Amino acid sequence: MKILTTVKRVEDYESKIKVRPDQTWIVTEGVNYRANPFDEIAVEEALRLRDANMPSEVVVVSVGPAAAATEIRSGLAMGADRGILVKHDAFVDSDGVARLLQKVIEQEKPDLVLMGKQAVDVDDNVAGQLVAEYLGWGQATFASKKESLESPEEKAKKPGLKLSADKKSVQAAREVDGGLEVLEVQLPAIVTVDLRLNVPRYASLPNIMKAKKKPIQELTPQGLSVDVTPKVKVLKVEPPPARTAGIKVPDVATLVQKLHAEAKVI
Amino acid sequence: MAAILVVGEQAHGHLKKATLSALTAAQQMAKQSGGQVQGVLVGSGIGTSAQELASYGITVHAVDAAPFEHAVAETHAAAIAAAAKAAGASDVVMAATAYGKDVAPRVAVKLQAGVASDVLAIAGEGGKVLFKRAMWAGNAISTVEVTTQVRVVTVRATEFAAAQKGASAGEIQKLDVQAPQAKTKFLEFNEVKSARPELTEARVVVSGGRGTKGDFKPIEQLADALGAAVGASRAVVDAGWQPNDLQVGQTGKVVAPQLYIAAGISGAIQHLAGMKGSKTIVAINKDAEAPIFQVADYGLVGDLFKALPELADAVKKLQ
Ligand SMILES: Cc1cc2nc3c(=O)[nH]c(=O)nc-3n(C[C@H](O)[C@H](O)[C@H](O)COP(=O)(O)OP(=O)(O)OC[C@H]3O[C@@H](n4cnc5c(N)ncnc54)[C@H](O)[C@@H]3O)c2cc1C
Ligand SMILES: Nc1ncnc2c1ncn2[C@@H]1O[C@H](COP(=O)(O)O)[C@@H](O)[C@H]1O
Repeated sequence: MKILTTVKRVEDYESKIKVRPDQTWIVTEGVNYRANPFDEIAVEEALRLRDANMPSEVVVVSVGPAAAATEIRSGLAMGADRGILVKHDAFVDSDGVARLLQKVIEQEKPDLVLMGKQAVDVDDNVAGQLVAEYLGWGQATFASKKESLESPEEKAKKPGLKLSADKKSVQAAREVDGGLEVLEVQLPAIVTVDLRLNVPRYASLPNIMKAKKKPIQELTPQGLSVDVTPKVKVLKVEPPPARTAGIKVPDVATLVQKLHAEAKVI
Repeated sequence: MAAILVVGEQAHGHLKKATLSALTAAQQMAKQSGGQVQGVLVGSGIGTSAQELASYGITVHAVDAAPFEHAVAETHAAAIAAAAKAAGASDVVMAATAYGKDVAPRVAVKLQAGVASDVLAIAGEGGKVLFKRAMWAGNAISTVEVTTQVRVVTVRATEFAAAQKGASAGEIQKLDVQAPQAKTKFLEFNEVKSARPELTEARVVVSGGRGTKGDFKPIEQLADALGAAVGASRAVVDAGWQPNDLQVGQTGKVVAPQLYIAAGISGAIQHLAGMKGSKTIVAINKDAEAPIFQVADYGLVGDLFKALPELADAVKKLQ
């Protein structure tokens, strides 16, 4: 089985994000970068599926600048087999990413593509669905584990996605409004992962060393004949409206009085 | 005149409230660009919901057939795109619910459209429609332009008031669409049933965090005294203490009630992204330095296991 996972290089959520004075983007100097957290969950799931269905292969793909090789390496250090970097320095919107991934997928012909539900920089939550439609594949978005992250299933590192015995389809539980929906998708398919699918592993030191020797192939949008002019142009980036801290109340009685007489919400 | 097509969402024979927010966004876009708002509803046995949508004074394209019973993205996207073509739509607007997020991008590909997701406000200049959206967990607000001929947008329902009924009822136009052979099969839906109001629609939300240590009784008792919905932080949901769909935040639900009470929640940026828009925020936390106090209108430093029951009692006495 061949599984392709996508990993985006994003600003670390622990870093302070500030808007640039010229309002064109955020300040990137001094910001740390890392793999999109959802994509680490995708890689983890891919590794569990691979190890339960040998022989199999996990390929990590990223679209971004040369530095995005770092995030591919972190996927390889978790245990993925090889990487592909589609190198492009300028901003690519999610649609551009989707069309690049379409080309890579057509070349690689994986049985399953695992992606994050959302990149925590642009917070789009669209790329997986776009890839699925461009390819004419089925999709299961927001995949989750039926059992909790504290369950014996998760402790035993079981995959949350259930591959059918004939390996022709996969069952996914999805986090939707009001509950969990279970879908069965024919392979090849796109699955986008939510937070509760698994707890991703840390890379061990020996695996970090091994990852240095794993191959990363470089491609370009030109080479793939994809025009990455954004369909969605970011014209301006502003700080959010500030919310100022209110007051501290000494006790519940004062709180109730304020909520009743001042805020008039109870 | 180009149509702005709003996509309705229904469950159990009722139109979802979020659809009315999407309708408001569509009306705002129509005002800017001079288009005419129309609607589409896809499903099986959706007559009453289609009527409800049409009662807002718009023409509703109803794709009502058995293969569309479940909201499978492949089939619903095909039906919505067919309706967009039939209406000559310049824009397709949906609420950024799980359904909207799942389906809208596929519609966009079919219409060769760009998609702006989770839009907070319609901006614009000189007839050009622009969209405001949050990025980096709400640390930045961007203004974006969708440069394609047709545009697909999903809107954050809490940022748009529900539309008002039209002076006259609109009409329903049945639309026959051949459902594509889907590669996806619906198996089951494990609904979380609750007698409490829906989280995203409630006037009051009481949320608990890791500070509850998994004991949600004080949260629930206060919620019931206030007629409120219950919410949770990611820590709570990850631990399996509460169901997934109670998670408030960047990667969960976005809420904007009149009153949001956060108890035992530290106030991480990802949580704030989901509740900062609330009118009045109350924080109850043992730690006076917890970041949640920076956005709270009223902060109480204390033990939630003591404060919440007291608060519930006081609320009951008020009523
Ligand atoms: C990619 C990503 C996405 C995320 N998305 C979300 C999201 O959508 N929503 C979300 O909530 N989080 C999200 N998070 C997680 C977020 O960063 C925090 O880890 C999480 O919000 C912490 O939850 P908490 O406040 O309940 O727990 P903690 O941070 O552990 O805080 C517990 C608080 O309870 C207080 N406390 C303890 N005991 C008591 C008591 N008896 N009485 C009163 N107070 C008490 C403590 O002082 C502390 O402030 C996300 C993280 C990542 C990386
Ligand atoms: N530049 C990129 N490189 C690799 N994967 C990406 C990139 N952009 C988006 N993705 C994938 O698409 C998912 C959803 O992203 P988005 O729709 O942009 O929020 C992410 O979690 C990634 O898995």
